[in-house]
Amino acid sequence: MKFETAAPPHAVPVRGVPQIMRRVLLALVPAAAAYTWFFGFGLLINFVIAALAALVTEAAILKLRRRPTRRALRDCSALVTAALLAFALPPLLPWWIPALGGFVGIALAKQLYGGLGKNLFNPAMVAYVLLLVSFPIQMTQWVPPRMGDIDYRPLGFVGTLRYSLYEELPPSQSLDALTRATPLDTVKEGLRSQRTFEELRGLSLIGTFGGRGWEWVNNFIALGGLYLLYAGIIRWQIPVAVLAGLLVPAGLLHLLDSSRFPSPAFHLFSGAAMLGAFFIATDPVSAATSDRGRLVYGAGIGVLTYAIRTWGGYPDGLAFAVLLMNAAVPLIDRYTQPRIYGHSAG
Amino acid sequence: MLELTPDRRLTGGLRLLAHKSESTTEPILRGLVPPELILPLHQHGGNPAVPIVDVGREVAKGETVAAAGDMPSAAVHASSSGRVRAIEERLVPTGSRLRRSLCIVIETDGEDRRAAPSEPLGWPESATARIERIAEGGLAGLGGAVFPTAAKLAAVAGRCKALIVNGAECEPYISCDDMLMREAPEEIVAGALLMCDLVGAPVCILVIERDKPRAIEAIGAAARAAGDPRLRLAEVPTIYPAGGERQLVELLTAEEVPSGEFPSAIGYVCQNVGTAFALHRLATRGEPLTSRIVTITGQGVARPRNVEAPIGAPIGWLIEQCGGYRPDVARLIHGGSMMGYALPSDDLPITKATSCIVAAGPGEVRQSFEEWACIRCGDCASACPARLQPQELLVAAGAGDFARLEALGLDDCIECGCCDVVCPSHIVLTERFRAAKRAHAAHVRRLELSAESEERYRRRERRIEDAESRARAAQEALKAKLRADEAARREAIEAAVERARRRKSRNV
Repeated sequence: MKFETAAPPHAVPVRGVPQIMRRVLLALVPAAAAYTWFFGFGLLINFVIAALAALVTEAAILKLRRRPTRRALRDCSALVTAALLAFALPPLLPWWIPALGGFVGIALAKQLYGGLGKNLFNPAMVAYVLLLVSFPIQMTQWVPPRMGDIDYRPLGFVGTLRYSLYEELPPSQSLDALTRATPLDTVKEGLRSQRTFEELRGLSLIGTFGGRGWEWVNNFIALGGLYLLYAGIIRWQIPVAVLAGLLVPAGLLHLLDSSRFPSPAFHLFSGAAMLGAFFIATDPVSAATSDRGRLVYGAGIGVLTYAIRTWGGYPDGLAFAVLLMNAAVPLIDRYTQPRIYGHSAG
Repeated sequence: MLELTPDRRLTGGLRLLAHKSESTTEPILRGLVPPELILPLHQHGGNPAVPIVDVGREVAKGETVAAAGDMPSAAVHASSSGRVRAIEERLVPTGSRLRRSLCIVIETDGEDRRAAPSEPLGWPESATARIERIAEGGLAGLGGAVFPTAAKLAAVAGRCKALIVNGAECEPYISCDDMLMREAPEEIVAGALLMCDLVGAPVCILVIERDKPRAIEAIGAAARAAGDPRLRLAEVPTIYPAGGERQLVELLTAEEVPSGEFPSAIGYVCQNVGTAFALHRLATRGEPLTSRIVTITGQGVARPRNVEAPIGAPIGWLIEQCGGYRPDVARLIHGGSMMGYALPSDDLPITKATSCIVAAGPGEVRQSFEEWACIRCGDCASACPARLQPQELLVAAGAGDFARLEALGLDDCIECGCCDVVCPSHIVLTERFRAAKRAHAAHVRRLELSAESEERYRRRERRIEDAESRARAAQEALKAKLRADEAARREAIEAAVERARRRKSRNV
C-alpha cells in the first residue's frame, strides 16, 4: 500500500495567527464596555471607522503588491491595530481622523515595511503619534467621565455619530462645554503652575488612584491583560517590566517630594499605562524576542514614559516611548541572546 | 534504593497530547512469524554489516547472516528460520531517515527453528570479550537512533559517572518501552546492572516519565528486589523531549553535554530500556537481537497495540496482525508524530530503529498548511530545548547567511519539532533547518574544495616558477659561459695579433 509523505513533525499545530489576534480583540471587550459606559460611544465609532480604513488600505496595498488579500484580511491583525488606535484616540473626533489613522497605520507603518511581521514600529502607535503631532487640537478633545457628581451632559450615540460625520453638535452644546483636559494633562498643568499634587488630587477629575473613569478602564484593560497572560498569548516579562519601569522612578520621586511628583498609583492607573503594558508593548512583531530582551525593552518603555510624562512636552509619553524602544529592538535582541545549550558562557 | 524525583524544569519543551493509552490496553503480541524477512545490513549511522551467507542457504533463527563491519557496526541475525531468497538493495527505515541498504531477504519456513547458541554460552569475564560479544550479538540502541551498543559502552567504559537507563518515552504514540517495562521489569533491571558492571558506573539511574505509573511500579519493585545499591529510580515530568539524551542529562544532573559531543564526553551514557532487556537476553541465553517491541497505533489501524516484531518483518504484514487498516488511513509514520518520518509504502521492513508505526487518520496529522508571516511571537524560542532562537534562524536560513546560522547555533538544533508545533504562523521550521544544515554542509564542503584547489593552483604556480627560474639560471650560466668563451677567444686573438705585431717589429 502506498502513502502520502510529509516532513516531520506530524503533530497538529496548537494555534494560528488569526486565533491569537481574535483573542487580543476579545481581551479588549470588557475595557471597551467600561470605556463606552464612562466616555460614550466615541470609542466604538472611531474603532469602526479606523477598522474600515485599515482593512480597505490593507486590501488595496496587497492588491498593488500582487499578494493574496483574503488571507491577510482574515488574520485580524488590521483589526487589532484599529482597536489599539481607537483606545488611544479621544472619543470626540471628526471621522477623517480615525480614517487617516487606520490608513497611516497600515500603509506607512506596516505595508511599506513588507506587511505582517515585517514592521519595525507598532502601527497603531505610529498612526497615533502622527495624528497627535498633525492635529493637536482635535487630538486633545477628551471628555470627562459620566459620573454622578461631575456636572456633565454627554452626547448620546446619535449625537457622537453626528459630530463624527458632520462635526455638528446639538444646538445647546458647545465643544468647550463637552471637552476637558485628561487627568494627566490636568495634573501636569497644575504642577507646572506650582500647585501641589495633594491639592490637585481634590479635583473632580481625579479618582482614588488615577483619573476618574480612567482608573476603571485601566482596571478592565489589566483584566484583559491577565487573560492574555493566562491564555499564553503574551508572557509576563514585558508587562511587568513596563509597569516596573514606570513604578520605580515614580515611587522614588514621589517619596522624595510627594507634592511635586504624582503617586505611582496615579501613573499606573492614568492614561495609557495598562493598555501600553499589556496590549501595545507586547505587540510581538515590534518587541524584543528573548526573555531578557523583553525585560530590557519593557523597562525602557516604562522609564521613558515616566520621563516624558514628568519632564517632556506631552501629558502622556507611552506612544513615544514605545516607538523609541521599537527602534532599539534590533540592538536589544543582539545583546540579549540566551546561551545555547552545550555552549560555554560568553 | 534511593528514589530521585527531579523537579528541575527542562529548558523549553512541550506538554503534548500523548496518544499512548490507545496502544497500552492489550499485552504485547508475541510469537509472530512473518512469511518473509527483509534484513537490512545498514540500520544505523555506523558502518554496514557484511553478508556471510549466499542465496539459497538455509538459516536458523539467531544465526549470523552478516558480520559486524568496521567499527562502529553491529552484526545482523536471521530473525526466524528459512531460506535466503535474495540479497538485494531495498529502501529501509533507519534512525533518522529512509536509506537504501543491501538486505538479506529470507523466505521463512514457519518452524521458527532456533540455532544453537554460540559457544561458549556463558557471559565472558573480560570487558573486551563482553564488548565483542555485544557487537556479535547485533545489539544497537533501541531508542530510535540505533547507535551500536558495543561502541557506545566502550566509549565510556572506566570513566562513567552514571549509567542512565532511559524509559522516558516522550514522543507521542510510542508505548513500546512502557509495555516492556510493565512486562519484563526484572530483565531490564538485570540488563542495566550488567551494563553498569561493564562500564564501571557507580550509579545506575532508571528514568521513567510520570505518565507511566504502571511501569514505575513494576521497575521500582524489580529494582527493590534486585537490592543493588547502585540503582536509583527517577521519575521525570512528562515533557517532550525529556527522553532525548541531551535533555535527560540536563534534567537529571544539571550538566550540559557540550555542543557537538555525546554524553560520554562528560562521563554519562544513556541506554534505552529495550537495549538493557536485549543485553540481558544475550548474556543469559546467548540470544542475539532478532526482535524488538514495536507500537502499532493511530486512528488508521483497527486494533492498536504493541507487538514483538521480528527484525525484518514487513510493516504491512504487522499491521494485518493488528486487525489491518481502517478505511480512512492517511499517513504511515515511522516513529512518533514529532520526529518520526512518513513512509511512502508499507512493504518496508521493521528495523532495529522501528519503535513505532503510526497509521494516522486524516485528523491527527498536520496537513500542508498555508503559512502566515512570522510575527516574532517567540513561542518557538520558548519551546526550544536547545535554547535557540528559531525565528532568527528562519531569517538567516532564508537569506542563506551561513555565518549567521553558525553563530545562531544551527548545528545545535536537535530537530525535535517543538517550534513547528507552537508556531502560530504554521511555518515549517524544522524542515527548513534540516535543509539549511544540508546546505551548510555543502557550503563547507565547497569551501574546503575551493581551498584545496587554490592550494593545488598555488603549488602548480610554484612549480612553474621554479622550473622557469631554473631554466633562467641555466640560460644565464650558458650566456656567462659563452661570454667567457668569447672573451677568452678575443684575448687569444689579441694575443696572437700582439705576437704577430711584435714579430713584425722585430723583423723590420
